[in-house]
Amino acid sequence: MIGAAAIGLIVAIGLMLIRALSGPTLYDRVLAMNSLGTKIVLFIGVLGFVLGRPDFLDISVLYALINFVSTIAILKFFRYRSFQVPLMRRTMPQRRSQSGGDDA
Amino acid sequence: MTGYEGANLAIALINVVLLGLLFVSAIAIARMRSLFAIVMLSGIYSLISATWFVALDAVDVAFTEAAVGAGISTALLLGAMLLTSRTAKPEKGKSTIIPLFVVIATGCMLVYATIDLPAFGDPDSPANTYVGTDYIERTPQEIGVPNIVTAVLASYRGFDTLGEVGVVFSAALAVILLLGFGERSLSATIGRKKGGRDG
Repeated sequence: MIGAAAIGLIVAIGLMLIRALSGPTLYDRVLAMNSLGTKIVLFIGVLGFVLGRPDFLDISVLYALINFVSTIAILKFFRYRSFQVPLMRRTMPQRRSQSGGDDA
Repeated sequence: MTGYEGANLAIALINVVLLGLLFVSAIAIARMRSLFAIVMLSGIYSLISATWFVALDAVDVAFTEAAVGAGISTALLLGAMLLTSRTAKPEKGKSTIIPLFVVIATGCMLVYATIDLPAFGDPDSPANTYVGTDYIERTPQEIGVPNIVTAVLASYRGFDTLGEVGVVFSAALAVILLLGFGERSLSATIGRKKGGRDG
């Protein structure tokens, strides 16, 4: 049963890799990387049970945190073209409207 | 190896599958021209190799790889991409025979070197016989930490780790001082030169 779950997760990782390789736009690749990180987290959780030692569940939780933060960082970078802008702003500057950035 | 009957076969299968995924993404990184896709794929490469390290029981190495490779270096590469163009220039007329030969020769030498190594998890290997058994016996009484790697890094070699932290901190401080922050940062200056689209 757990082996089937591991195989399914491997297949999902392969599909995400294909999407990251062939994704036409930037957001396809960002989504593929985020989703692949989620699948990796699940796979590390399953891996402990496949190997008979489920001691590494906390590692997968840490991977989930890293994955979330790096996805936020990438999206913020392509919104503002910089990491030095705070996420919440009281006043919206005018140039926000033209920095979409959807070329891959 | 503890666990059930087919655990060794499962480990072998997982290693083969993860190395295959690493191979595919490495080939794609070498072949692609879009720098953003390469940055994303290098993050994916780091995540998969971190998973492979977990499968090899090197959990601390895996965590470092995930934090540095998939987290920090993706952000740093994106920041570097801001200073250059978005795609790599196509290379024409360059010979690819000599680099291929160098890579293949290096790989053959590495494979030849692994023949002399003891088997994975061998209890009679030098790493598991002399000092390792001493650490395993004495750590529960002396330190009282369940993870022996943590005990070695943070207690037996505590001053060494403290020095490493100092080195990494001063390096990060120097990079921040060179690149700057906010209005006077390097990327803001270059963005202003390009036509003031970046504040």
